[in-house]
Amino acid sequence: MTHAPLLKRLVLICIGMFAFAFALVPLYDVFCDVTGLNGKPSLEQAKLSTQVTQNREIGVSFTTHAQSGAPFVVKSKEYSVAVKPGAMREVMFSAKNNSNLDKVMQAVPSVSPGKAAKYLHKIACFCFDQQPLKAGEELEFKLLFYVDTALPTDIEELTLSYTVFDISEQLVASNN
Amino acid sequence: MSSIVEQSNANEAHHGHHPAKGFKRWLYTTNHKDIGSLYLIFSLTMFLIGGAMAMVIRAELFQPGLQLVEPHFFNQMTTVHGLIMVFGAVMPAFTGLANWMVPLMIGAPDMALPRMNNWSFWILPFAFLILLASLFMPGGGPAFGWTFYAPLSTTYSNDNTALFVFAVHIMGISSIMGAINVIVTIVNLRAPGMTWMKLPLFVWTWLITAFLLIAVMPVLAGAVTMVLTDKYFATSFFDAAGGGDPVMFQHIFWFFGHPEVYIMILPAFGIISTIVPTFSRKKLFGYASMVYATSSIALLSFIVWAHHMFTTGMPVAGELFFMYATMLISVPTGVKVFNWVATMWKGSISFEVPMLFSIAFIVLFTLGGFSGLMLAITPADFQYHDTYFVVAHFHYVLVTGAIFSIMAGAYYWLPKWTGNMFNITLAKWHFWLSLVSVNVLFFPMHFVGLAGMPRRIPDYALQFADFNAIISIGGFAFGLSQLLFVAVVIKCARGGDKVPAKVWDGAEGLEWEVESPAPYHTFSTPPEIK
Repeated sequence: MTHAPLLKRLVLICIGMFAFAFALVPLYDVFCDVTGLNGKPSLEQAKLSTQVTQNREIGVSFTTHAQSGAPFVVKSKEYSVAVKPGAMREVMFSAKNNSNLDKVMQAVPSVSPGKAAKYLHKIACFCFDQQPLKAGEELEFKLLFYVDTALPTDIEELTLSYTVFDISEQLVASNN
Repeated sequence: MSSIVEQSNANEAHHGHHPAKGFKRWLYTTNHKDIGSLYLIFSLTMFLIGGAMAMVIRAELFQPGLQLVEPHFFNQMTTVHGLIMVFGAVMPAFTGLANWMVPLMIGAPDMALPRMNNWSFWILPFAFLILLASLFMPGGGPAFGWTFYAPLSTTYSNDNTALFVFAVHIMGISSIMGAINVIVTIVNLRAPGMTWMKLPLFVWTWLITAFLLIAVMPVLAGAVTMVLTDKYFATSFFDAAGGGDPVMFQHIFWFFGHPEVYIMILPAFGIISTIVPTFSRKKLFGYASMVYATSSIALLSFIVWAHHMFTTGMPVAGELFFMYATMLISVPTGVKVFNWVATMWKGSISFEVPMLFSIAFIVLFTLGGFSGLMLAITPADFQYHDTYFVVAHFHYVLVTGAIFSIMAGAYYWLPKWTGNMFNITLAKWHFWLSLVSVNVLFFPMHFVGLAGMPRRIPDYALQFADFNAIISIGGFAFGLSQLLFVAVVIKCARGGDKVPAKVWDGAEGLEWEVESPAPYHTFSTPPEIK
């Protein structure tokens, strides 16, 4: 009896599953996008808000932290704000490069609770772009956002958290 | 023409006789029985090495505070203990049993791909040589837990991580080749008349296990490859700064990891389903339901992986899905336990050593299953996560589950392999000492876990001191008891009371139709299946 046909199929399954492990990387993002499961907020600019719910107030808090080794200090001017759903609100952030080298900063937003992520719309955000900061430089950045009127009623507070990364080295690597 | 004839005659003469002597016999062997023995001896060696590491862990945890080893070395011990026991002890032991028994059980002359079989064994020692050697290199071996979560294994690991990655690659290739061999053998080499629903359950469970292996070992290979490129080649699969996601590591790892735990238990189900009917002198209750239960456990194992990750901040919908899917697995597992008990029900049971281990397996594995159910409950898991409760759970299913079943299988087939009965008194001592000490070792872990003692730490809060002392004493006793097993095996290989072809009264199956010890070549002409 020849084993070749079965052997060939089994080896193909193995190669396929090895490829599948790598396919999981984009699939993971697609799955989270489709189901909105991950609490990953959109990094696209949102449309302007057209209506406001007057009889509800949502507490929005801001936290920031620099990933270990990233020489940035990023702070929001206000710790927390109360907003009506649909009402646009501007919050200023300051970012300082504490190192004596020119650096590029990338902020990655995340919303808690996770299911509120798709209801927080950002019209302008420093996280949309890479932000170059010269050595010792301190800059002010603007966040313009609103909370969707469709935010589920059981959510009264949400937190927008920024993790700040130093991507200078990756930029150099990818330019080369 | 004549030279060809001569050559084929020479080949026949070679095959007809006993194998070459010395080390070359083992290095060049393509005989399934030789390779099975090699796997089993290798597995036993690894079991003792991994066990020695567990002794280091328990010695350090005997008292609170740091006494014997540095925390970094402690972490290497927990990591390498896990890797060795999973990939070096349990999996090769099952592959060894498959090599020995599957051809005998289905009436095949050998495995289907004997040369590949030789390779799949002989690359294995090198994988573990690399892994163990890394412990002696500057910086030490892997210290990030056997689960090698990113960023522990990427950003925060030392340069020896490459050795870990290559070792896992080689182990994976070995397992995949072994699995392919098992599948091809079972599909193509069954004796005429051995239809699917006449397959012995050990063969069935191994067939399903082999499919799990070829489905998930490549995913593990993918995961370690990503760790390798993240660490050394500036990719960002798991690095958020470059757009990756460390939580994704856990998804990919556990997509492999959960089927992996069934890889380590399904063949055990097969062994128990073989032994319990023999010593109950009854047919296995519910053969077909056993086959379907095993298949459904295997299928379900692909959709429960995230129950290892409840605390990563999953949305409630995900938590509920994985909680219910996990609990669902207890249904087919319950069917199996029910069938084993029903097989014993009103049977004329005798308590030979393999049966003792099998009964202990049924009771203690079920206990481990129950703590698994507790862990499956999402809200409760938040308390149990990363505590000794988890350690207690997976040691109950792996030590009193997988390892006990391997011991049961070894005692069951040892007379068939050697032609000699083992020293029953010594074997019973081994069983009873193991049974008592394993519970002294792992049962109190439930309590310290529920009380909040975290796993993977070299030091702990004072209130856990007494329990940890008890656990450590149980650990030393269990470790020493296993030396009895080594003694039994060596004595049995050297001699003992001769046994007939059918070693056990109530045993059924083709393996008992060949003489004991099983001749070097069996079933050169396929047997007749009634």
